[in-house]
Amino acid sequence: MESVQYHAPQSLEDAVPLLKEARTTPSRILAGGTDLLIQMRAGVKTPEMLIDIKKIPELTQLEMGADQIRLGAAVPSAVMDENAELHQQLPGVVEGMELIGSTQVQGRATPGGNLCNASPAGDGAPAMIVSSGQCVIFGPNGTRTIPVEEVCTAPGRTSLADDELLQEFIFPAPKPGQSDAYLRFIPRNEMDIAVVGVAANITVDASGTCTAAKVALGAIAPTVVIATDIAALLVGTKLDDDTLAAAAEMASGLGSPISDKRGTTEFRHRIAGVLTRRVIKIAAARAGERLQ
Amino acid sequence: MSKTHVTTTINGDAVEYLCEVDQSLLDVLRDTLELTGTKEGCATGDCGACSVSLDGRLVCSCLVLGVEAEGKQIETIEGVANGTELHPIQQKFLENAALQCGICTPGFIVATKALLEKNPDPTEEEARYYLAGNLCRCTGYDKIIRAVLDAAAEMRGAA
Ligand SMILES: Cc1cc2nc3c(=O)[nH]c(=O)nc-3n(C[C@H](O)[C@H](O)[C@H](O)COP(=O)(O)OP(=O)(O)OC[C@H]3O[C@@H](n4cnc5c(N)ncnc54)[C@H](O)[C@@H]3O)c2cc1C
Ligand code: FES
Ligand code: FES
Repeated sequence: MESVQYHAPQSLEDAVPLLKEARTTPSRILAGGTDLLIQMRAGVKTPEMLIDIKKIPELTQLEMGADQIRLGAAVPSAVMDENAELHQQLPGVVEGMELIGSTQVQGRATPGGNLCNASPAGDGAPAMIVSSGQCVIFGPNGTRTIPVEEVCTAPGRTSLADDELLQEFIFPAPKPGQSDAYLRFIPRNEMDIAVVGVAANITVDASGTCTAAKVALGAIAPTVVIATDIAALLVGTKLDDDTLAAAAEMASGLGSPISDKRGTTEFRHRIAGVLTRRVIKIAAARAGERLQ
Repeated sequence: MSKTHVTTTINGDAVEYLCEVDQSLLDVLRDTLELTGTKEGCATGDCGACSVSLDGRLVCSCLVLGVEAEGKQIETIEGVANGTELHPIQQKFLENAALQCGICTPGFIVATKALLEKNPDPTEEEARYYLAGNLCRCTGYDKIIRAVLDAAAEMRGAA
């Protein structure tokens, strides 16, 4: 590696000249570094400038509002996991991030880094998508807001320009009767890459009828698959066994999963169905508890 | 190549050093500061041998840059014992024969200290999950977990 410059701006304003420089100097945003530093050491990424965003207040804040939840892009997953209110409001989003790596990795890994690394198997994105997360993108000309699903465009690629950074996520606070969940399958109990990951956000009414649903699957395609057909199937039902079986079958037909040492294509298709059924049940049970 | 000047605190002592931007905190600790208690197993965040505490949070020092330590509080294995008096966790690792080659041991002890500060009375399962990022090729883990739970009991008793 040639000599790399390192900057740790203390504010978004201080980041602006650095982002402008990033238009011409190959640069990388440094959050927890749990993807980036490994990629740099392997020679896969060769930035000449690192912009460490962890000293910018807006990026490390977690604000639980009555209407919305603001999650700074650089909040470590361990901090998310320690926030009881976040667990209550967005359990699925927390589940996606707290599954990442070990205690040590969770002390550093951030939701912004997970999303911007754009791994097809990234655990953070599916739940952030079903819980209708919006991304505030900051650049020299101000901010723009896009849905989480519009950030990753292909493995390792995002829609952010060279002079932009992901500032924060904004989630609508869940309504009564609404909740989310995330489940993944890995061959071991801890520390592995998702074979398939599925997130669901379910709203139920007092009669147990599903009134709104969102389902998204990770690791079965280059980017997260949003299963709008499954969501449409669920709405209006009581999420009975037959409906869930039909949802599982639809999930098994989605995407184009790879075959590797963690699982064959056939296995991934099947697991996608199993996880879809289970995760809808978990999200629905949580949603029911939030009716009281 | 120009080096960056870093001022930080390690085990309570003010420390200054020069490092390259791409140098890990682990490399700085071992090669520049000669604090060789912290070990390198993988350099990819998988083994936990390089565990240190950074502003009170357990991290892999191989996945932290030396320049990121500016203004931080770092605790390494060298700060665990009180002079020549072993910390209860160290004592219990010895008594339970929770080590063989010893490469993983500093990481386990630093991680156990972080665990017990957060949760003084962990169940066996909680201890195993918390320490899942610390790998040991020799012991088979059972003796390590026994040492961790013994140390927890002793530290609760002493408190
Ligand atoms: C041992 C180990 C186990 C792991 N297990 C898992 C796992 O189970 N599931 C999983 O999904 N991941 C896993 N990971 C990968 C990694 O920890 C996560 O993807 C993590 O969330 C990355 O966050 P970070 O803050 O460390 O990102 P960084 O490494 O800092 O950044 C990742 C990428 O995103 C860019 N970036 C970061 N923040 C921003 C921002 N705010 N704006 C614009 N660009 C940005 C960086 O430039 C870089 O390209 C594991 C890693 C390790 C080392
Ligand atoms: S050397 Fe850092 S985790 Fe293995
Ligand atoms: S004692 Fe040898 S690796 Fe643990």
